Amino acid sequence: MTIPGAPVLLRVRNLKTYFVTEHGKGTAQAVDDVSFDLYPGETLGIVGESGCGKTVTSLSILRLVPEPPGHVLPGSLIEFEGRNLLALPAPELRAVRGNQIAMIFQEPMTSLNPVFTVGDQIAEAAIIHQHLSRSAARARAIEMLRLVGIPDPDERVDHYPHQLSGGMRQRVMIAMALVCHPKVLIADEPTTALDVTIQAQILELLDRLQHELGMSVLLITHDLGVVAGHADRVVVMYAGRVVETAPTDALFERPTHPYTEGLLAAVPRIDAPRTRLHAIPGQVPAATAWPPGCRFHPRCPYAWDKCVAQEPPLLEVGDEAGHTARCWLVTEPERKVSKR
Amino acid sequence: MTLGTWLALFVALVVTAEIVRVLRHRAMRHERWRRFFRHRTTTWGLGILTFLVIVALAAPLVAPYDPDKQLDIVHLKNHPPSWTFLLGTDVLSRDVWSRTVYGARVSLGIGALGALVAVALGTLVGAVAGYYQRWIDAVLMRGVDVGLALPRIFILLMAVALWDGLPFAALIIVIGLTSWFGTSRLVRAEVLSLRQRDFVVAARALGAGSGRVIFRHVLPNAAAPIIVSAALGVGNVLLLEASLSFLGIGVKPPEPTWGNMIADNAPSIYTAPWSTLFPGLAISLVVLSLNAVADGVRDALDPRAEAA
Repeated sequence: MTIPGAPVLLRVRNLKTYFVTEHGKGTAQAVDDVSFDLYPGETLGIVGESGCGKTVTSLSILRLVPEPPGHVLPGSLIEFEGRNLLALPAPELRAVRGNQIAMIFQEPMTSLNPVFTVGDQIAEAAIIHQHLSRSAARARAIEMLRLVGIPDPDERVDHYPHQLSGGMRQRVMIAMALVCHPKVLIADEPTTALDVTIQAQILELLDRLQHELGMSVLLITHDLGVVAGHADRVVVMYAGRVVETAPTDALFERPTHPYTEGLLAAVPRIDAPRTRLHAIPGQVPAATAWPPGCRFHPRCPYAWDKCVAQEPPLLEVGDEAGHTARCWLVTEPERKVSKR
Repeated sequence: MTLGTWLALFVALVVTAEIVRVLRHRAMRHERWRRFFRHRTTTWGLGILTFLVIVALAAPLVAPYDPDKQLDIVHLKNHPPSWTFLLGTDVLSRDVWSRTVYGARVSLGIGALGALVAVALGTLVGAVAGYYQRWIDAVLMRGVDVGLALPRIFILLMAVALWDGLPFAALIIVIGLTSWFGTSRLVRAEVLSLRQRDFVVAARALGAGSGRVIFRHVLPNAAAPIIVSAALGVGNVLLLEASLSFLGIGVKPPEPTWGNMIADNAPSIYTAPWSTLFPGLAISLVVLSLNAVADGVRDALDPRAEAA
């Protein structure tokens, strides 16, 4: 949980990551002025639908955005333990990657190198950062496999990725990421490619490891169910912007931004009468041409002329500390009531 | 041919058969190497290459005569194949079989080493260009374009003219330096697609540096096309050496290579066809075998076949 007044571990301020598109179609503003804080020991969820900039945000933190075509704009700040990662020279940045901040990816099928054994791949980070000998690194890999709950780790350490199931591979990815006991784990859709029962196991594993190792987790997902069960605080992103931040309970009880509201309404509920599932009309606009004003206004049921004319800042909702929303409804709540 | 040489030849054949049998037996345990032996031509290619390498290594045992010795310039000139001279004698009354066997040492040596230099250089340039992209890629690939555009024989002729009688090592280096362009393009294309793969991003996220990413994560995954291009490269270098020797600017006579054997005996090709036929046959056999083996290696290392 967030400890009020605790020092921030990872501070992201005004992050802008743009991509130059081919054939002069303009610049895709994938992440546009995103700010959030990650505190020690907490799980921060980042949610949003495809194309809203979640993954680019996570890649930007470790400077893994492919350049070209992408680039992080000057003026962006990613501060980890007082150092701006964006300004760090390459060798120092490599010392942070995998060691202090580690990352797991969406596709366990393609995120493992097919020509090396899983043991070799888990051992790699330990060899890079802790300069362990081959045999010590191997012992370490076996230990990590046991930690992430893979049976027969002594045998599995010599297996190749194609010999493992999807869930096992994701466990291996987690083992790779946690070898050096990082302070921050960025989990980019860690369960999207897995089936539901395996999803639950992997998320439980992450929760357990988080408590055992005392790390912070940045949980990136499009699945509100995952966020509800595992995150302490949530950042909702839409069209490259943060549209709402809140402690998880507050977000689910009092969603303030119409986009958040729409996302919650679109979750099928087992205890509700069976009706046609709610959907937010339209699609996320192209990142090369965000709409003027509030970027959600073309899809918003409450939008009025102010929303088209002027983009709202992140406004304090006022019900709970740390609950903010980028919506004019915060200042004019009566408009929402009148619509209903 | 003496009894000793026949015996040596027989032993070489038996050893070859045994090596191929053992390799095949071992391969059956691994899915991917079983695919290697799936085609009969691959097995034959491997057998022929093994046999030629053994014969080349055991040249003093297998060759009955000194390859450079003119046995009897008056009576034994252009002697047709017989039990005494298995493949006949050439225009200077030298034993064609002995020369072919010793020539295998030089020809195969130049082929293998030249291809090694070429593939190593091509892989390095291709990997650097494909991984770093931008101006490095542009500069290197325009260089490759220039290299591909220049006729290779022309460059080699220039080198020979400057050097005046190339030593063996220099010949290998010059051949290697002019044979890597194709490989570098191949490797670059492979690296371009591999560097986008998730596991490469994952490796970088773990803190791996560029060198580590290239040599541990990218290149091993490009092994199949690299090995295939190496195998085909040996054949190409062999042909190049043959044509250089044919032009009289390769290995200096009387040192036998398959190329200069053909060159020496080309004038008597109608009267004594055996003295050009057999070295020519040897070259064709090696190139064909290498192609067959390269096919097998490609099948064995193709990751798409892995799933099947």
